[in-house]
Amino acid sequence: MPSRDHAAQQQAVARTVRRTLLALVAMLGFAFALVPLYDVFCNLTGLNGKAASQAKAAVAMEIDESRWVSVRFITQQGQGLPWTLEALDEQFRIHPGGQYSARFVFTNHADYPVRGRAVPSVSPAEGSLHLRKIMCFCFQEQTLAAGERRELPLVFQVDPDLPEGIRDLTLAYTLYPVMTPSSAGDDGAENSAGGET
Amino acid sequence: MASEQPRKAVLQASESEGATAGGAHVGEGHGSAPRGMLRWLLTTNHKDIGTLYLIFSLSMLFIGGIMALVIRTELFQPGLQMVQPEFFNQMTTMHGLIMVFGAIMPAFTGLANWMIPLQIGAPDMALPRLNNFSFWLLPVAFLLLLSTLLMEGGGPNFGWTFYAPLSTTYAPPSTSFFIFSLHIAGISSILGAINIIATILNLRAPGMRLMDMPLFVWTWLITAFLLIAVMPVLAGAITMMLFDINFGTSYFNAAGGGDPVLFQHLFWFFGHPEVYIMILPAFGIVSAIVPTFSRKRLFGYASMVYATGSIAIMSFLVWAHHMFAVGLPLVAELFFMYTTMLIAVPTGVKVFNWIATMFRGSISFEPPMLFAIAFIVQFTIGGFSGLMLAIAPADFQYHDTYFVVAHFHYVLVPGALFAILAGAYYWLPKWTGFYPHEGLSKWHFWLSVIGVNLTFFPMHFSGLAGMPRRIPDYALQFADFNMLSSIGAFLFGISQLLFLVVIVKCARGGVRAPACAWEGAVDLEWSVPSPAPLHTFEIPPQTRDGQIIR
Amino acid sequence: MSWIAECLSRVTRPMRLRLRRTVTTLSLTALSLTALSPSVLAVEYNMPVGVTAVSREIHSLHMIIFWICVVIGIVVFGVMGYAMIKHRKSRGAVSASFHENTRIEILWTAIPLLILVVMAVPATATLKDMYDASESALDVKITGHQWRWQYEYLGEDVAFTSSLATPREQINNTATKGEHYLLEVDNPLVLPINRKVRFLTTSADVIHSWWVPDFGVKKDAIPGFINEAWTRIETPGTYRGQCTELCGKDHGFMPVVVEALPEAEFDEWLIARKAEAEAALNDAGRDWSLEELMEKGEKTYATICASCHQPDGQGMPPAFPSLVGSAIVTQDIQAHIDIVVNGKAGTPMAAFADVLSPVELAAVITYERNAWGNDTGELVQPAVIKEQLSQ
Repeated sequence: MPSRDHAAQQQAVARTVRRTLLALVAMLGFAFALVPLYDVFCNLTGLNGKAASQAKAAVAMEIDESRWVSVRFITQQGQGLPWTLEALDEQFRIHPGGQYSARFVFTNHADYPVRGRAVPSVSPAEGSLHLRKIMCFCFQEQTLAAGERRELPLVFQVDPDLPEGIRDLTLAYTLYPVMTPSSAGDDGAENSAGGET
Repeated sequence: MASEQPRKAVLQASESEGATAGGAHVGEGHGSAPRGMLRWLLTTNHKDIGTLYLIFSLSMLFIGGIMALVIRTELFQPGLQMVQPEFFNQMTTMHGLIMVFGAIMPAFTGLANWMIPLQIGAPDMALPRLNNFSFWLLPVAFLLLLSTLLMEGGGPNFGWTFYAPLSTTYAPPSTSFFIFSLHIAGISSILGAINIIATILNLRAPGMRLMDMPLFVWTWLITAFLLIAVMPVLAGAITMMLFDINFGTSYFNAAGGGDPVLFQHLFWFFGHPEVYIMILPAFGIVSAIVPTFSRKRLFGYASMVYATGSIAIMSFLVWAHHMFAVGLPLVAELFFMYTTMLIAVPTGVKVFNWIATMFRGSISFEPPMLFAIAFIVQFTIGGFSGLMLAIAPADFQYHDTYFVVAHFHYVLVPGALFAILAGAYYWLPKWTGFYPHEGLSKWHFWLSVIGVNLTFFPMHFSGLAGMPRRIPDYALQFADFNMLSSIGAFLFGISQLLFLVVIVKCARGGVRAPACAWEGAVDLEWSVPSPAPLHTFEIPPQTRDGQIIR
Repeated sequence: MSWIAECLSRVTRPMRLRLRRTVTTLSLTALSLTALSPSVLAVEYNMPVGVTAVSREIHSLHMIIFWICVVIGIVVFGVMGYAMIKHRKSRGAVSASFHENTRIEILWTAIPLLILVVMAVPATATLKDMYDASESALDVKITGHQWRWQYEYLGEDVAFTSSLATPREQINNTATKGEHYLLEVDNPLVLPINRKVRFLTTSADVIHSWWVPDFGVKKDAIPGFINEAWTRIETPGTYRGQCTELCGKDHGFMPVVVEALPEAEFDEWLIARKAEAEAALNDAGRDWSLEELMEKGEKTYATICASCHQPDGQGMPPAFPSLVGSAIVTQDIQAHIDIVVNGKAGTPMAAFADVLSPVELAAVITYERNAWGNDTGELVQPAVIKEQLSQ
């Protein structure tokens, strides 16, 4: 084999390897980028019903009096948290565009302060795109003192552009403990900072 | 799939006969080449490494097969007889992981190592030392994986798809080792893929254009690109799992604001192309065997290449059909249903092409052809059930039942595995210099076909009747089908011992094979002597239209 | 279903019957079950037609696509078989030299595409129907737990858990298996017929999936998320299904049983159930003896706790710790109550505040503190738990 050809071939091999390695690194980056991309995608499409997890300003909207939407609240206890969460108003019949307030009661049954959070979810998932939460306990973690009972509101609007097919919305809140106050606190701060921007 | 024995045969043969057509004497230029164990540990020869891969995957096939038999024994009758649910789950998980990452994928890599340089007229793989390294990562990875079974709390028990949070918050302590072993196996696949791409793109014999390459080379090239694209996604997903388990992050943990469904998206973004990684090289093997034994050129070579390419590209757009029941919005559900149905078209083209190749050929039924024909029929059955599964509304009934188990086993066992067996029978004369024993091979074939269909066909019925997958015990109405499946599984498992006998016999001797072992074979590997000497095509052959011209 | 389904099913019905007969004769057991009820025959080897409009639509989609596959299979394998017989070398066949034909290649790309489009139309319609869960008459929240289902009739104050009722002895083959082996529960979900029922699924731990084949409903239950599905049952009866997402050790042992009642009967049942719940709540206020609590506790332990902590309390370390002589169970009583009521984050130990009644909680805690030689002699009154929960 002529050595010049061989050297050229080795160079070509090296070039291919460099390119595939580059593609590899790019794909690895892409894998991790998928996490934020997924969030963006979900916020755009309502894919996972989490689009209504961030505060939005109240908007004056035309109230569509001709249309009724039923909104149901359900709560779910998470493990390791000595709390209960109760929706005082279990079901609402609302007009799209109007602003409504629902009351929730948090109770800490422990004789020590506990931090926790309520993770929101909306079904049908598309509905989360048309739900504007102006005030919600789910935007941040809560700390409840020993035996504390706290009533917190959820203020929300439903866009009049809610698709015709959606006549019912279910808003679920699942309680979870905030595990290690220090690290999880940072995490939470990051999350909420991300949420506000 | 030769043991150390055939290598000796190869050595003797090449020393006594000498080598023609680009062959060279063993040890030439390697005066102090190590012998014995060290030789295998340090080898950089593509044929040696190919053999190592094949032996490794065969042993994994038997280990994973024993686990399958544990599963089938437990499921022979309703009630818990042999194992407890905890261990049963470890068996289903390990069976899946070992068969996918330890048996099927390394077998294809082994065949690629052996055959790609021979088929494109290259002296070796482009990166021989890397080749050695990527092989030896595999035994390390799988020893580690198997050792988790002995750890406190047992091995992975969350299914080969390891959905969070079952595989994170609720996983046994050994999970970090499972992740680590998967990382090592993944690196091995990636390095193998890089090597294959570099070889195919740069080391083709002069005059061989891309569209002159045999289809096995083509399908592997596309497979290698798929590997480069999706293995990093798997690596990323399992790294996130590792972080969730050990460092308190919440990628997949709803309690910390994460999303368990994100894991499924990541997994299947890897997982669906992975399915094609396990089947595209099989298409390549069958596309070599069918024309050979039909003594007729492959029908629609170009459309085969384009079909493979479009299957590969579309495999990135169908992943969520594994997740129809997780509660995707209607729009997403429709999108993935349509793309999944669409992927049936290029797959159908391949089947039609093989049949058109056979049509008006001059067909003979040697063992490789028998396995290839069985592949076409059975893979098509797997394709049909795949088409049924693509219909999203119906998938709500099929999803996570034995119907799915039947579907993917039809694609992977009488599909991918049969293609590997076909390839082994096809190329054994090239590897050892002898034909595999005809009678035993045919026994192996017929027992395998009966066994595999007896195992997996009844699973369609138990699934439709409502039996969920991954359960250690079942309701009484599923009893008959399960008993049939278990009997079939033992028949299939035991008949693979025949394959072992065939290989050992073939390595030791038998009817001598000429350079061109099969009448209708035309690819470049048939121009070198049988057995192929350790070094081939050291002077690259001049080719035109894929054939040597001088 | 669209006209295509109608048309195809008319053509295929005789074939289907013939297939049904062939398969039935394959198995004696199937035959004997056939004698029991005609509906059993259908579930024996094929997807059930079910008792809802959706399940029927799904079934006809399934049959259409199945017969399309059969026809394609016959054509493709027929050509292949013909070639294998006629064009074999041993018969002296000489191979032709053609290796491409653009016209035929376009044809066999276009025809499958056309078939798929035809198939996609009814599938899309059915899917849209399945996704319209609005305006239900009854909402049921379904929560998956390792390894049982919890049902809550939203707005009705009725909630209960539903666990496997098959005795251990049957599973371990020391007793004869009953007719509904592994498909029977202590408290089935009771639903009315002819009313739209919406299911809202979620999970307390890992991902589960709630499936009743006869309704054509399968939906994953995902922790932190809410999913919905719906059904309108047409025939009263008992319908059985299972969890279909691997959820750990006892994934195979958490069946779904639904009892569908005529509307009036259902309304009566609901009223009775509410009264029952109220009575139980009042019962929690009285003073309970150790014997009473131990007796009730043993039962509750067996259905709820024993799958992890084992009937003998030895557990399965490291995932499920032993309760025999353990610090939590033998020392601070409040810590014991806390972990049972609230669970422990980051472990499989679930919170039982929503799952068990105050009486059951008090009973099971008392049982654990006194069984297997733990003999602390301590007991917890249901009233204490009740008070702590409603504080």
